[in-house]
Amino acid sequence: MDGTTLIFIFNIVSAGLRTGTPLLFATIGELITERAGVLNLGVEGMMLAGALAGFAVSFSTGNPWLGVAAGMLAAGVLSLLHGLVAISLRGDQVVSGLALAFVGRGLTAVLGARYVQIRDVPRLPNIEMPFLNDIPLIGPTILGPLFGRQNIVLYLGFLLVPLVWFFINRTRAGLNLRAIGEYPAAADAAGINVVRLRYFYVFVGGMLAGLAGASLSLAVTPLWIEDMTAGQGWIAVGLVIFAGWDPWRAALGSYIFGALRRLPLDLQSVSWLPFASNPILGTWLSMIPYLFTIVALMFSSREAARKRLGAPAALGVPYVRGERGL
Amino acid sequence: MEQKRLFRLFIFALIAALILVACTGGGGDTGTTEETGQTETEGTTETGGEETTAEGETLTVQGFDGEVQVTIPTIEEGKTNVAFVYVGPIGDGGWTFAHNQGRLYLEENGNNVHTAYLESIPEGADAERVIRSLARQGFDVIFTTSFGYMEPTAIVAEEFPDTAFIHISGQKKNDTNFGNVFGAMEEMKYLAGMIAGAKAAEDGSKRVGIIAPWPIAEVIRLSNAAALGMRRTCPDCIMDIRWIFTWFDPVKEREAAESMLDAGATVIITGADTPGPVQAAADRGFTGIAYDSDNACAGLESNCLTVPYWNWGPVYLDIVEQVQAGTWQPEDFYGSTADGMLGLFGFMEGQTPYPSVPESVIPEVQEVLQQMLNGEFTRFDIFSGPIMDNHGNLVVPEGVSLTQSDLEGLTEGYMEAFGITGREPCTICMNFLVEGFDPTAEIPPLD
Repeated sequence: MDGTTLIFIFNIVSAGLRTGTPLLFATIGELITERAGVLNLGVEGMMLAGALAGFAVSFSTGNPWLGVAAGMLAAGVLSLLHGLVAISLRGDQVVSGLALAFVGRGLTAVLGARYVQIRDVPRLPNIEMPFLNDIPLIGPTILGPLFGRQNIVLYLGFLLVPLVWFFINRTRAGLNLRAIGEYPAAADAAGINVVRLRYFYVFVGGMLAGLAGASLSLAVTPLWIEDMTAGQGWIAVGLVIFAGWDPWRAALGSYIFGALRRLPLDLQSVSWLPFASNPILGTWLSMIPYLFTIVALMFSSREAARKRLGAPAALGVPYVRGERGL
Repeated sequence: MEQKRLFRLFIFALIAALILVACTGGGGDTGTTEETGQTETEGTTETGGEETTAEGETLTVQGFDGEVQVTIPTIEEGKTNVAFVYVGPIGDGGWTFAHNQGRLYLEENGNNVHTAYLESIPEGADAERVIRSLARQGFDVIFTTSFGYMEPTAIVAEEFPDTAFIHISGQKKNDTNFGNVFGAMEEMKYLAGMIAGAKAAEDGSKRVGIIAPWPIAEVIRLSNAAALGMRRTCPDCIMDIRWIFTWFDPVKEREAAESMLDAGATVIITGADTPGPVQAAADRGFTGIAYDSDNACAGLESNCLTVPYWNWGPVYLDIVEQVQAGTWQPEDFYGSTADGMLGLFGFMEGQTPYPSVPESVIPEVQEVLQQMLNGEFTRFDIFSGPIMDNHGNLVVPEGVSLTQSDLEGLTEGYMEAFGITGREPCTICMNFLVEGFDPTAEIPPLD
């Protein structure tokens, strides 16, 4: 592989890590919510709420971290609305989630109008690591180009994935989380407060969606524009299934989808690859995240396939103490 | 069973949502959406309007996977009532934002004028119902500001001969009450290209990147004008191009800029809606050129060269005053710089160029702009031969200028598909990239 090929690959991997990170937060958040047995389709709306609240607070206080906190809180509060309908009122979670998506979208459009013209928002910092280039062999060729100057949210994502995996699979609290998503009646019998715990994880999922939004508006594309998530919340919902409710695969999927956004653009200028440089291929490549998601959904709509994929057994089913079944 | 059904429903809803998202490229505004085979779908459709006193008629339109209610605004008796139909949200900071600024200008400067607007109206059948309801409500003038409203506006115009209909960015009209308006943005893009070329030469990169939303005549024309401008001030500069197949996707727009910056460009010109690409260039210490509305570069002053922008207010006012006076006649109005509907930020009256504009190019830009304002240098002078394409073929011979139909890419197939009559088809159609674009660059097929 010559130098240009390497640079080509690094540019795409680097972009995949950068733009895949917000998607990663949203996907992990939805994954946690679903592992608790609650389906929240409102990710898009919560992300927008997080993006706007993060942007507005960072702008008015000058502190991007306060912005992140506000974004997470705003989305978390929105998610509790869904929790109220899904957990306490035992309403239809699909309808409630869709409603939440639209509430988030409409609300941010109205409240965000005055922020559209603002560009100089205090952002989350980039982490400069020039010393990476000094590491022999892989330093200047691999580490430097990829991680020499990435935003701090990238590393938050790197931390989050193993933490969430460890929490879900290796801790007692994680066992409870899985229990209320798989067999809430048994969890209840074991003394776990199913309702309270479900509220908690819906809130956690909402906060992560808020973090996703804030990392968009404060790091990846530091702007506030109506509808700036442009469908990423929906991709996150699909990715959870594609990932089989596993944090590692969710991370992989997020980064791949991030890279797929960039690949068709870079291919347009590759002259030594006549077929791939045909921009029409770009439109097909851009479609891949959506196609993947649809295929994942089709597979998972079969009961047996879903079990194999690892869907929580009580996903989307309101828990009513004393009722038979899940 | 219950659970299974619920899950099926969820799957169905999600697939529907995904298909919609995939097909719209995230929604957004556009002058030419239908031309690209896209369907606009918007989730939040809100009504607006100044001093709307009573509740109007309520319509249900198909929005982003669901139906949304649209309340038709009411008129004010005794005033000239003007309605605007917008394809995007007024908070898009771009196309629709600029149109809404025009509406506010009209409201402020018009005599006895009442305005109202409806935003995020999907193109197609729903638009037709919305436009018809506005006409029935009694609005005197109705502006429809997206390419995809062309057919719906034409249909409703036949039904309400006493209402004036003006469609933005199309080519259809009738003899009584339906006209169209657009403007020679290519003139501003040419000047922007001149600045970009001078800047790239100063940077030493001699490489400019341009973001092209869709492979349609309008975008190709504007991109070509920028490249011709660039070559005027920097004859050996190269223009890189990325087709993004959307008018609005903040992350993708930014990534397109990153892609060209990685490939060595130091000046980024965007043809899409958000200022993200300018910001991407700024983050690397380079410069960019935004689009659509005069304050698109607010907050990015130190790394922004200029903004070619639309100034719809005076055109709207002019049309409404003609309607009030009873002298308005429908026409194909294609305004040039001289008509005052276009602007180049930093160079119009009362403005100063942004600090990163190279000093040396300012006098030349001012001179050409003045010629444009005087009507001495127009789009036809920009597109006059000899013009080569980026593969070295002579496209426009010496002594030949492209015609208006050539510029608009009015092929016979296009005219037939949209039922456009009374126009000559193009002979040298706008379907080539001029010399100055990277030789590997191509126009992708639209379908």
